[in-house]
Amino acid sequence: MEKLSQIQGSIVSIPMNDIDTDQIIPARFLKVTDKEGLGKAAFCDWRYLEDGETPNPEFILNKPAYAGATVLVAGDNFGCGSSREHAPWALMGAGFKAVISTDFADIFRNNALKNGLLPVIVDRDTQQQLFSLADEDPNTTVSVDVEAQTLTLPDGREVGFPLDGFSKYCLLNGVDQLGYLLALDAEVTRFEANNRQRVVTTA
Amino acid sequence: MTSNGKARTLFEKVWNAHTVREQSADTPAVLYIDLHLVHEVTSPQAFSMLRERGLAVRRPQQTIGTMDHSTPTTPRNALGVIPVADALAAKQLAVFSENCDDFGIPMYALGDEHQGIVHVIGPEKGLTQPGMTIVCGDSHTSTHGAFGALAFGIGTSEVGHVLATQTLLQNKPKTMAVNVEGSLGAGVTAKDIILAIIARIGIGGGTGFVFEYRGEAIRRLSMEGRMTVCNMSIEGGARAGMIAPDDTTFEYISGREHAPSGADWDAAVDAWRLLPSDDGADFDQEITIRADELSPMITYGTNPGMGMPITASVPAPADEADYNKKIALEKALAYMDLAPRQKLLGKAIDVVFIGSCTNSRITDLRQAAEFVKGRKVADNVRMLVVPGSQQVKRQAESEGLHEVFKAAGAEWREAGCSMCIAMNGDQLQPGQYAVSTSNRNFEGRQGKGGRSFLASPLTAAASAIAGVVADPRAMTASSL
Ligand code: SF4
Repeated sequence: MEKLSQIQGSIVSIPMNDIDTDQIIPARFLKVTDKEGLGKAAFCDWRYLEDGETPNPEFILNKPAYAGATVLVAGDNFGCGSSREHAPWALMGAGFKAVISTDFADIFRNNALKNGLLPVIVDRDTQQQLFSLADEDPNTTVSVDVEAQTLTLPDGREVGFPLDGFSKYCLLNGVDQLGYLLALDAEVTRFEANNRQRVVTTA
Repeated sequence: MTSNGKARTLFEKVWNAHTVREQSADTPAVLYIDLHLVHEVTSPQAFSMLRERGLAVRRPQQTIGTMDHSTPTTPRNALGVIPVADALAAKQLAVFSENCDDFGIPMYALGDEHQGIVHVIGPEKGLTQPGMTIVCGDSHTSTHGAFGALAFGIGTSEVGHVLATQTLLQNKPKTMAVNVEGSLGAGVTAKDIILAIIARIGIGGGTGFVFEYRGEAIRRLSMEGRMTVCNMSIEGGARAGMIAPDDTTFEYISGREHAPSGADWDAAVDAWRLLPSDDGADFDQEITIRADELSPMITYGTNPGMGMPITASVPAPADEADYNKKIALEKALAYMDLAPRQKLLGKAIDVVFIGSCTNSRITDLRQAAEFVKGRKVADNVRMLVVPGSQQVKRQAESEGLHEVFKAAGAEWREAGCSMCIAMNGDQLQPGQYAVSTSNRNFEGRQGKGGRSFLASPLTAAASAIAGVVADPRAMTASSL
């Protein structure tokens, strides 16, 4: 994972609640065995017309003015539904570095953080303000400081957001969590020695 | 109770017993995982990561694989093989096979006598047991909570973590008691309980929580019914849902392939009896619903929280005070091509799907078969019945259920996720309406442009016969 400390980018909004992972990346694209090429399929059924290829000119991500956006502002409860990590892979493949919402589904938030896609939780007013700003001016830029856990709006207002210390450490240092777990080998071995193995699948 | 007298919940008991390292200000808890279920769709990138780093699977003997999501459910050929026409799916299945082989993980391949949906085979093989921690790269892992296990879905990175270390980093969730008091009326089932709960709390209502389903109506459910309820915990936003184990649980597990036996069985049951939440244990939140007030439920919109009693009318955006919800409802009704205040009863449908990890177990099929017996599926309806596993399929066939379905004009398929996820050839056509026993009615979930009404197997069977959305209570089941 690459280090992530600052994000500066223009915003684009999909002001809809409960955007589920089947919209972020439909299941028919989950037959892959790697992470490549998923960006093209992000929001596929909204982004392309019936034929699945021609961009739908009405869909916000297809409007040239928003083409370079790297921060997605979304309605409440973003990323609900399935556990597919293909969702953050697809969003990152489509160029996003952060998603801003009032809240995120648990599994999506976990998955996003493990890939360096930053879920930024803000209050309702900030979310609504960002929706308006994105609407009015496609060049609206925000910046995010991971260390300080702040989102800075175009008017200079700083909004704090929650981020657990461990995820923050991993983002800032570009390390993934597996290294931490692997280093606990002795503790896990002790746990296994003290606890009966519950089932043996190979039996 | 513990020695210091603090009353604990079922969740806390299981959590504490699996904590390798406590949560601290800087790090989440490290949780030991008893059983890891893997399938072809969410594991390939995790195995690739192991290879890149030269890591082994720490406990292949606590891991099991099955093929379910991208597998076709079409009939076997003359050689007894289920052909995979889709090249991408075939490759994914081959990669999965190779990964399980290379890393020493036992795996049930397509068509194997044990193969099936991951959340159907865990319980039926006796691998799912009370007090365990169980994970899978699949959000419906919550199903296994029906046995008093702590079971939840994880992403592919976490699949890698568990493969390599048998542990997971987790922040401790909060707990919500979901009380279902009283008893269910005729024609009302476990599926209706969970659809009603989700309609009440909304699809984000349980975010950050583990549910514990309690109360008389839950105690009276069969294990299959309890699995249906726990299965859809994630549709309420909760990663896990649990039910305290009791005699119903023990009876279900007893004698299954991986169940303890002899003296081990007695010791296991003694330990399991200590798991239920202590009297006076605190939950962070609590809700109560009355089972006797429930009707068969059906969804009208594009998320599982958009559900209502089957006799009700579709809500109107104009009546919705919250702006975001109004917009969401407008969009949902446009996608579903439904009018505000319209009744769903009598609405013509194209497909009935009985299957998925929510409702593809033997009791689900028996309920549906009882309804269908001696009747005909309406001419305008394609009805698919997809058993959750090869074992369920054999059981159903030994009871003659397949003949009942076929005689009625329904398709009797091989086991798998099928039309629940539309990545295996089984899917709705654009614009089609389906009454489906699966768990998600998101846009395009069952096929691009397809429209799903989620309901119980009884409601689905009644609707298949009627050719329209139908209330099973209004059509008495033929006696067997
Ligand atoms: S049946 Fe549906 S919900 Fe269940 S595991 Fe398969 S795809 Fe997921």
